[in-house]
Amino acid sequence: MNNEPLHILLADDDEDDRIFFKDAIGELKIHTQVTTFEHGKELMQYLNSKEYRIPHLLFLDLNMPYKNGMECLIEIRAKQNLKDMAVAIYSTSASELDIEEAFVSGANIYIRKPNNFAELRRILSEVISINWQYHSSGMNKDNFILNIY
Amino acid sequence: MKKIQIKYNIDKTYREIMKLEMDKLGLEYSIGGLSDIKIIGKPSDESIKSLSIALEKYGIEIVNDPREVIVQNIKDIIIDIIHNNENIPNMKLSVILAEKLNYSFGFLSKLFSETTFNSIESYIIFQKLERVKMLLASSDYTLTEISLQMNYSSVAHLSNQFKKVTGVSPTAFQRIIIKRKLRMENNSPEHII
Repeated sequence: MNNEPLHILLADDDEDDRIFFKDAIGELKIHTQVTTFEHGKELMQYLNSKEYRIPHLLFLDLNMPYKNGMECLIEIRAKQNLKDMAVAIYSTSASELDIEEAFVSGANIYIRKPNNFAELRRILSEVISINWQYHSSGMNKDNFILNIY
Repeated sequence: MKKIQIKYNIDKTYREIMKLEMDKLGLEYSIGGLSDIKIIGKPSDESIKSLSIALEKYGIEIVNDPREVIVQNIKDIIIDIIHNNENIPNMKLSVILAEKLNYSFGFLSKLFSETTFNSIESYIIFQKLERVKMLLASSDYTLTEISLQMNYSSVAHLSNQFKKVTGVSPTAFQRIIIKRKLRMENNSPEHII
């Protein structure tokens, strides 16, 4: 274990949701660094550039302009260098079909967007703690599947 | 395209990597169990640093804080018991940990929670379920066989714990992994050519 902050990315076109998310992360015990993006294209530009350390965890909204979350997910999973980055789909959809499709396409985590702050904080805390288990134990993330609600 | 399946022994891999990298640096050493390594003589800080850099690419880290060393030992023992045995032993892991590390389980449990923000119990469940997932992904065993191998009291107990922790049922998990593998194979460059 070391004191390096957990590097988290968030791609969501809704500004309120981004603020809500950053506030909830800020209240957790774990030291984090959050980088946000307003749409999928901006996120992919960042991930395709060379000057960054591989983030630990990406929260990806499904409905975004320019490039939606599903398109981003498929591109990300085709990139060998991003294999260790866990991807959490962050969506309002609770359809079993959407959830399974996201996992089959390579998502590790599926989160139903909660509508209250305490719920969001609980979910983020659980997601980050499980992601940390994989990271700190050097576990293979291929079998990392978490459906949280 | 030729597909091969491999099996490997983590402990042996780790020992070979350590030998290779320490020989390169001309260090004299003995490799003990549970990730303890003794370097003979007085190695310079410089050579420890070079070793640490060389090990980084394998995801191996040199730990210094004695508390972290104990936590690492706890994790190593749990991983060894859960992943390197055909059948999980019937003995309680808390007893095994206390015996092997020579501390009371209460002390180990407190230290573990303080350092990792997680209890030993939930770490054990996490590792057991990882093994269950590997067995499910291989599609070689039925859920009943897996629950016996992993020492669950019943299939229902295994199913409930799996669903509670991962949010998906074991069968849904298996279906997802199989579909995912198929899709990846269809998208691989060899297939496009």
